[in-house]
Amino acid sequence: MFQKEVLFCFFSQAPAYHLILEGILILWIIRLLFSKTYKLHETYKLTEKEKEDLIEEWQPEALVPPVSKDYPTLNYDVVTGPPSHKITINGKDCINFASFNFLGLLDNERVKQKALASLKKYGVGTCGPRGFYGTFDVHLELESRLSKFMKTEEAIIYSYGFATIASAIPAYSKRGDIIFVDEAACFAIQKGLQASRSLIKYFKHNDMEDLERLLKEQELEDLKNPRKARVTRKFIVVEGLYINTADICPLPELVKLKYKYKVRIFLEESMSFGVLGDHGRGVTEHFGVNIDDIDLISANMENALASIGGFCCGRSFVIDHQRLSGQGYCFSASLPPMLAAAAIEALNIMEEDPEETHRLTFKLYFGFVFLYSVHNKLSFGICLKLVGVPVAPALHLELERSSGSRESDMKQLRSVVDYCMERHVALTLARYLEKEERFLPPPSIRVVVTVEQTEEDIQKAVACIREAASALLIS
Amino acid sequence: TGSCFLSRCVLEFLYSSSKRTDLARCGNGLKSISRTQIGCLYKKPFVESFEETPLWVAVLTYMGYGILTIFGYLRDFLRHWNIEKCHVARERDEQKDFVPLYQDFENFYTRNLYMRIRDNWNRPICSVPGAKVDLVERVTRDYNWTFEHTGKVVKDIINMGSYNYLGFAENTGACADAALEVTKMYGAGVGSTRCEMGNLDIHEEMEQLVARFLGVESAMAFGMGFATNSMNIPALMGKGCLILSDELNHTSLVLGARLSGSTIRVFKHNNMQSLEKLLRDAIVHGQPRTHRPWKKILIVVEGIYSMEGSIVRLPEVIALKKRYKAYLYLDEAHSIGALGPNGRGVVDYFGLDSKDVDIMMGTFTKSFGAAGGYIGGKKELIDYLRRHSHSAMYATSMSPPVAQQIITSMKIIMGEDGTTLGADRLRQLSQNTTYFRRSLHEMGFIIYGNEDSPVVPLMLYMPAKIGAFGREMLKRNIGTVVVGFPATPIIESRARFCVSAAHTREMLDTVSRLIPFLTFSLH
Repeated sequence: MFQKEVLFCFFSQAPAYHLILEGILILWIIRLLFSKTYKLHETYKLTEKEKEDLIEEWQPEALVPPVSKDYPTLNYDVVTGPPSHKITINGKDCINFASFNFLGLLDNERVKQKALASLKKYGVGTCGPRGFYGTFDVHLELESRLSKFMKTEEAIIYSYGFATIASAIPAYSKRGDIIFVDEAACFAIQKGLQASRSLIKYFKHNDMEDLERLLKEQELEDLKNPRKARVTRKFIVVEGLYINTADICPLPELVKLKYKYKVRIFLEESMSFGVLGDHGRGVTEHFGVNIDDIDLISANMENALASIGGFCCGRSFVIDHQRLSGQGYCFSASLPPMLAAAAIEALNIMEEDPEETHRLTFKLYFGFVFLYSVHNKLSFGICLKLVGVPVAPALHLELERSSGSRESDMKQLRSVVDYCMERHVALTLARYLEKEERFLPPPSIRVVVTVEQTEEDIQKAVACIREAASALLIS
Repeated sequence: TGSCFLSRCVLEFLYSSSKRTDLARCGNGLKSISRTQIGCLYKKPFVESFEETPLWVAVLTYMGYGILTIFGYLRDFLRHWNIEKCHVARERDEQKDFVPLYQDFENFYTRNLYMRIRDNWNRPICSVPGAKVDLVERVTRDYNWTFEHTGKVVKDIINMGSYNYLGFAENTGACADAALEVTKMYGAGVGSTRCEMGNLDIHEEMEQLVARFLGVESAMAFGMGFATNSMNIPALMGKGCLILSDELNHTSLVLGARLSGSTIRVFKHNNMQSLEKLLRDAIVHGQPRTHRPWKKILIVVEGIYSMEGSIVRLPEVIALKKRYKAYLYLDEAHSIGALGPNGRGVVDYFGLDSKDVDIMMGTFTKSFGAAGGYIGGKKELIDYLRRHSHSAMYATSMSPPVAQQIITSMKIIMGEDGTTLGADRLRQLSQNTTYFRRSLHEMGFIIYGNEDSPVVPLMLYMPAKIGAFGREMLKRNIGTVVVGFPATPIIESRARFCVSAAHTREMLDTVSRLIPFLTFSLH
C-alpha cells in the first residue's frame, strides 16, 4: 500500500513529456525483444546440392604452366668428367672460366686422397641428423679447425651452402625485428629474410649514407616507443664480396655505424673466404677489422674450399644458439664425412701456403687488367663493360647498351658464350630467377679467374671475348 | 614462463585426449566414399595403434615438469645473483647496451631442462653408422655444460638410432668401391650450380635411374633433402593457392609452405574426415574474404611420419584427391626403400599407381646411405622445376661420389646388379620390423605407429625417464634416440628405435630383452 502511494505520487509529479518518452522507450524495447532477429549468415547458408554443384564446377589451374621448349635454362650444358681447370663441356674440351674453383683445389691430389681415406673409414652417408648419431669426429675437427683459422670462438657446419645463411638469419631474427639489407644481396639471403618474417629495409648498394638515413629514421621511431625499441633487435646483413655485383662492402664504415646505432652485423663471405686478406680469412682481414666486431660470419665451403656445405663462425654466445634453432642444422642430415675431410685438407693447404692466396690476388689483378681491355673501345659501338673490382674473382661482363628486352640481351650474351665455347673457352651466363629476385641484376656473363689459369689462358680468353663481341655485338 | 609452460601443458593434454579418440574413429566415414568402398581400397589390413596416455601417467608427468620448472626458476635466480657459477655464454662488454640477442624466457627450457640431459644427443661417432657403431667417449665435469673427449673409443654399440633401413651405410662392398672410383675421377666438390657449369653426366644418369625406380616419367635430384622441400614448394605454389598440410609434417615441409606465400590449413594427423572437411569448405567458400576460387589446392603428406611411426592412408588420400581435383605432394623421406615388397615406397606398399601421386619427393639419406633429395613426376613438372627451382639456379649441385652411391645402391635394390642382395635386404628389413614390434608388444609396452613401419616409438612420458633411459641403454652398449619436447607433445616423450636390415636377430633380442629390465629398474 505504501508503495502504491509512492508510485502514484511519482506519476502525478513527473512532467508529461517525460512520461511519454519513457512510454515510447518501453514499447520500443518490447518490440525489439519480440521481433524476429535478422541473421546475416542465414542468407548465405548453402544447401548440400549447391555445395556439390560448386565442387563439380571448380577447375584448378594446371599444376605447372607450360614451358616453352627453347627456353635457355631448360637444357643444361652437360659436363663430362671432372669440373676442374680443363673441362669437357657438351663434348668440347675447354679452359674453365665458369666454376668457382678459386684456389684450384677441386682436383688437388692431396684433397682427393683424404676424401678417399675418409670414404674407406666411414662410407658415404651419415644416415642421420647431428643430434641422432650423425655427428662424426670429422665434423667436430672441421668445426674447430675453421674456428681456429678464422680466429673466432666457435664454428658450426651445415651440409648445404645455400641453407647456411638461409637458416642462420631466421634463427636470430623473428617477427618484429628489423633487418637492414643491401639491395644486391644474394638469393640465399633473401630466402633467409623471408623465413624470418622480420621487417626488412633495403638500402642502396654500398651506399652508407642511405643506410645511415634509414638508421636515423629508425632511431626516431624508437624514441617514440621506447618500450618496443628495447625488445626489437636490429641487424645489418651484407656480403663481403657481392656475387651479383663483384664488389666489396665498406666494412670499416659499417662497424662504425654498428656502434653508433647499436645494430648487429651479419656478414656473408661465400665469395671472399679464401680470396681476400693475407691468409684468405676474408674481408675482415682485408680491411684489418677486429673479427669480434662482426657478430656472425657465414660462408660456404663450395667455392674456395672445393667441398660441399657451409659454415658460420663467431663468438660462442652467438653460434651456439644455432645448434638448437638453426633449421638446416637440426632437421637435416649432416655433411658426409668424406666431404668434411676434403674441406679439412683444403684448409690445411690454405694454411700451409698463404702464398697461394697471394698468387690468386696477383692473378686476379692480371685478369682484371686484361678483361678491362675488352672494355676499351676498339671500334665504335662496342658492346661489353666489365663490372667488378680488381680483387673480385668472379666478374661480370654486361652489355654496354641494353636493347630494352631482357630476353634479347640474354640471347646476345648466350651467342657470345657459345662462340667462346667453340674456341675452347668455357664461360657461363649468370643465372637468376627473374620473377623471384627482388632487385634483378642486369643480364651478364660471369667470368671467374682462378689460380690455376696461366697468363696465356687469360690472354686467350680475353682475345676470344673481344672477337666474339666485335663479331656478334656490333650495334 | 613457468605458468605459460604449465598452462600450455594442460591445454595440450585436453587436446591430445580428444585427438586420440578421433584417430580411433578415422577412416570410418568419408562423405564421398562409402565404408565398403574404403575397405576395398586397402589390399591388406591397415593396423595402427596410438594408445591413449593413462591418466595417472599424465598427472605424474605434469608434476615432473612442474618440479623441474620450479627448480629452473630457482637456478636462474641463483645465477642472476651470482651465487651459482654461470656457464651460460655472455654478450661482449662492448655490446652490453645493445638490444639483447635472446630473450631470457626463450631459453628457459634450454637452460634448465635440456641442459640436464644434453648428453643423450649429439653423441660423436667414429665409424660407419651401420648396425654397430663406435662412439667417441666424452665426459662432463660440470653437468653437461662442457664436454671433454677422453681419447677412448667405446666400441660396438648396437645402433638403434641411425636411419640405416637397408644397411647401405657401409665402407666396403660394391657401393663403396664405385664411390671410390668416382672420387678418383671427379673429385669431391663441384663448384658450380646445376644450370651453370655444375651439371655433370653422372647427375643425368642418376636422375634417369631415379625416374625408372619410382615408375615416373622424369625426376630431378638436389643436394639436400631439407632444401628439396623448402626450395621447390615455393616454386610450385604461390599466392592464391591453398596448401593442406598434415599436423605432424616435417619442418622442411612447413618452411616450404610458408615461403611459398600460399594459405596453409592443417588437418588432423592422418585423419581423412578432417581432410575432406577442409577440402569441401575450401572449394565451396573459396579464398577468405574475397571468396574467389582457389587457383590450386595441394595436399602435403609424408609416407612414414618419423616421430609417430604411422603410415599415411594413401588410398584414401588419393581417392579424395581425385574426387576434389586437388594435387598431392608425397614426402617419402623415411618410406622410400623401407616399405613395399620392391622397396619402392608407400605407393608400392599399397599397390597403387605412382602416376596418381602428382609430386613424389623423397630423400637419399635414409635407405640409400647417401645424401640429398629428389622430386619425381610428369615430364612437364620436372621441366618446370629445372627452370624455376631455387636449388637449380643458386645452389651447388650434388657431389659426384654421393651421386654414385645413389646409383649403385638403387641398382642393388632394383636387382639390376645381378645379385639378390637388394631383395634379401628388403625381406630382412620387413622381418626385423615385424619381429621387433611383436616382441615389444608382447612385453606390454606402448608402441605407436603402424605394424609395418620400421620406425618404432616406445613411450616414456616422464621427463626423468628420458635422460635415464638414454644413459642406461648406453651403459649397456645400446645406442638409442630419445625425444622430448618440443619435437613431441609435452607429455609424450618417447624413445625411438629405427630397425635396420643390417640388424641381426641376436641384436634385436639383446635390445628387446634389456628394455623390460631397464623400465623395471627405472620405476
